[in-house]
Amino acid sequence: MSNDSTDVTIAKSESHSHVHRDDAGSKMGMWLFLFTEVLLFGGMFLAYATYRFMYPQDFVNAALRLDPILGAVNTVILLTSSLSVVLSITALQKNKKNLSLVYLSITMLLALTFLVIKYFEWSHKFELGIYPKGPALESFAQGGKLFFGLYYLMTGLHGLHVVIGMTFIGFMMYFISKNKQTAHNHQRTENAGLYWHLVDLIWIFLFPLFYLVH
Amino acid sequence: MANGILATDPNRVSFYEYEGKHKGILSWLLSTDHKRIGLLYLISLLAFFAVGVTLGFLMRLEMISPGPTIMAPNTYNSVFTLHGVIMVFLFILPGLPAIFGNFFLPIQIGARDVAFPRINLLSWYLYLIGGVLAIVSLFTGGGIMDTGWTFYVPYSIRTTSNISLSVFAAFVLGFSSILTAVNFITTAHRMRAPGMTFFRMPLFVWALYSTAWIQLLATPILGITLLLIIAERMLGVGIFDPNLGGDPILYQHMFWIYSHPAVYIMAIPAFGVVSEIIPTFSKKNIFGYTPVAISSLAIAFVGYLVWGHHMFSSGISDISRLIFSLLTFLVAIPTGVKVFNWVATMYKGSITVKTPMLFVLFFIVIFSIGGLTGLVLGAINTDIHVTDTYFVVGHFHYVMFGSMGILLFAGLHYWFPKMFGRMYHEKMAQVSAWIFFVGFNLLYFPMFIMGYLGMPRRYYDYLPEFTTYHVIATVGSWIMITGMIIMFANLIRSLYTGAKATENPWGGTTLEWKIPSPPPLENFREIPVITEGPYEHHFNKEENT
Repeated sequence: MSNDSTDVTIAKSESHSHVHRDDAGSKMGMWLFLFTEVLLFGGMFLAYATYRFMYPQDFVNAALRLDPILGAVNTVILLTSSLSVVLSITALQKNKKNLSLVYLSITMLLALTFLVIKYFEWSHKFELGIYPKGPALESFAQGGKLFFGLYYLMTGLHGLHVVIGMTFIGFMMYFISKNKQTAHNHQRTENAGLYWHLVDLIWIFLFPLFYLVH
Repeated sequence: MANGILATDPNRVSFYEYEGKHKGILSWLLSTDHKRIGLLYLISLLAFFAVGVTLGFLMRLEMISPGPTIMAPNTYNSVFTLHGVIMVFLFILPGLPAIFGNFFLPIQIGARDVAFPRINLLSWYLYLIGGVLAIVSLFTGGGIMDTGWTFYVPYSIRTTSNISLSVFAAFVLGFSSILTAVNFITTAHRMRAPGMTFFRMPLFVWALYSTAWIQLLATPILGITLLLIIAERMLGVGIFDPNLGGDPILYQHMFWIYSHPAVYIMAIPAFGVVSEIIPTFSKKNIFGYTPVAISSLAIAFVGYLVWGHHMFSSGISDISRLIFSLLTFLVAIPTGVKVFNWVATMYKGSITVKTPMLFVLFFIVIFSIGGLTGLVLGAINTDIHVTDTYFVVGHFHYVMFGSMGILLFAGLHYWFPKMFGRMYHEKMAQVSAWIFFVGFNLLYFPMFIMGYLGMPRRYYDYLPEFTTYHVIATVGSWIMITGMIIMFANLIRSLYTGAKATENPWGGTTLEWKIPSPPPLENFREIPVITEGPYEHHFNKEENT
């Protein structure tokens, strides 16, 4: 009797999921996760679009309170930090471990600078009373209140992502220094890099939407 | 039977007996084996289901007569909110993908595990943390949430009950769901056995794959919406509160952008289970494999765009109402494709009505009623008549419980031999299924009538003329619960006293029926090579099933 499994011919296969490494799969998983991050922010961009449509003039007035120079500086900082991530991965691929670590340190440093600038921006606004339920913001028009509500939430959530991204990169620096991420096994570092580019990308949208409204 | 090659290999014990790094309970809590994680989900989901059923039972008991019966009005508000939140977020949504998806997705595509086994375990922990946070929120802060499961603003911003923590629990559950989705999509793309093309995948895998995409694309929107509620409550940032310039309608949009696709997150895997069970018990290849596979994706895609039909009476423009109504009707097309193909599969098949098949037949009846009443709700003018009445309650219990719930039971019986290595007791299972079916219809059908007559949903009290319907529904709830108790008692008894299951007790054709019951740790000793579609029955050969 031939058996039921005529459609299944048993073949030799070396794949063994518990030990087996799938870089393309890992990268795919990362991209899928990044989709969800984009959509998470997408919800806030939707709220932004709705209220900017409802209160166009209030948004313009409120945006004048933000300093485009500081925003631009931060944009340059983040873009540069993305560049150094790319350089670091390339260095790692070429087996230049120390150079790779140097580039990642630069990224960390730039990320920290970004957060410090953000901190001064926020605290300056707080001093002026521009915060939810703050004395100055209470006197704003409805649209202005919404603008700053969104500003704090969106840049705040973005800031949180900067911190998460820094944590990832910190882990990668540890892995590289321990030779767990090498020229032949660097997918995790690439994934951390992808995450960092996303953090960068979201800022690229936040910057014009908040600082350059007119 | 293909019993030789794999089962007799002494080196391959079942995944239950396999001793890994950890012993005892830790061998479960720290396991990254997709089968153990599936069972962890099964146990935790059923635990929450039991709580949800109990709350539903109490609600029905309260409604048996007008005026106060067993609880105060505020308690009633909390009970229906909890019932909804537990059933939706902790039971139906993770539901079939978490249990059967984890257990069978890798096996059905010929893989040893999912793409990211550790993330899989993490998602179960996130699920558990979400569940625990939801429970903690009941006993802390301002008391049990009372907003309904939809958390509509502005009430959810103003109520003193403990909304922030409950909402955060839902956020964590969403994160768990996203990780499962990432895992399943990657698994379907990267882990298929040689020869297993996309169009040779079992339809349950197609369903899981489509569902994972909706989970991935819709859940983050819920996540941010819930975070915004928390921000409004804790920081006083006005996004949705009209007092602060916000727009409550925007909240409804954002909530339903997720929560309508969520309906399909619940339903599509259930459809997948149907597409597995019908060919097996009809001894026939599925009729129209490709349309059934594609219709899962089509439902997922169109279902993503119909959220506005929850807002017909909320104050959106006539044009949006027309568009959303039209798109809503379009969902009926791929769904109809599925139903007709299922029925056509049975046509001239050799049908055996074992319990899984019986549940599937119940499903077709119940889901058709649910679907047709859905058209009443999808049409704008009739919808306005029945909005926020028991008609809606009846409708979504017919479609949600009627699809995901009934097919969970069907799947439990269908895959019981494979998951636990024993057969359930057939006769008792059939009796319990019939009791359940009678109770189900007695419970939910009167809701259509009283809703049409004007009984509003979520009301604690009602006019005496509705008494008859409420009494019938309450008695129905007792019968339905009796059916479920018998069913689960029978399944638990079968774990100990059931006959040993063979490799393929039903004559199924998909890969899980070609490995021992219960499966060995790594599913396949050798990864199979696939040379044909998933539902090819071979009759000219000796069949001893």
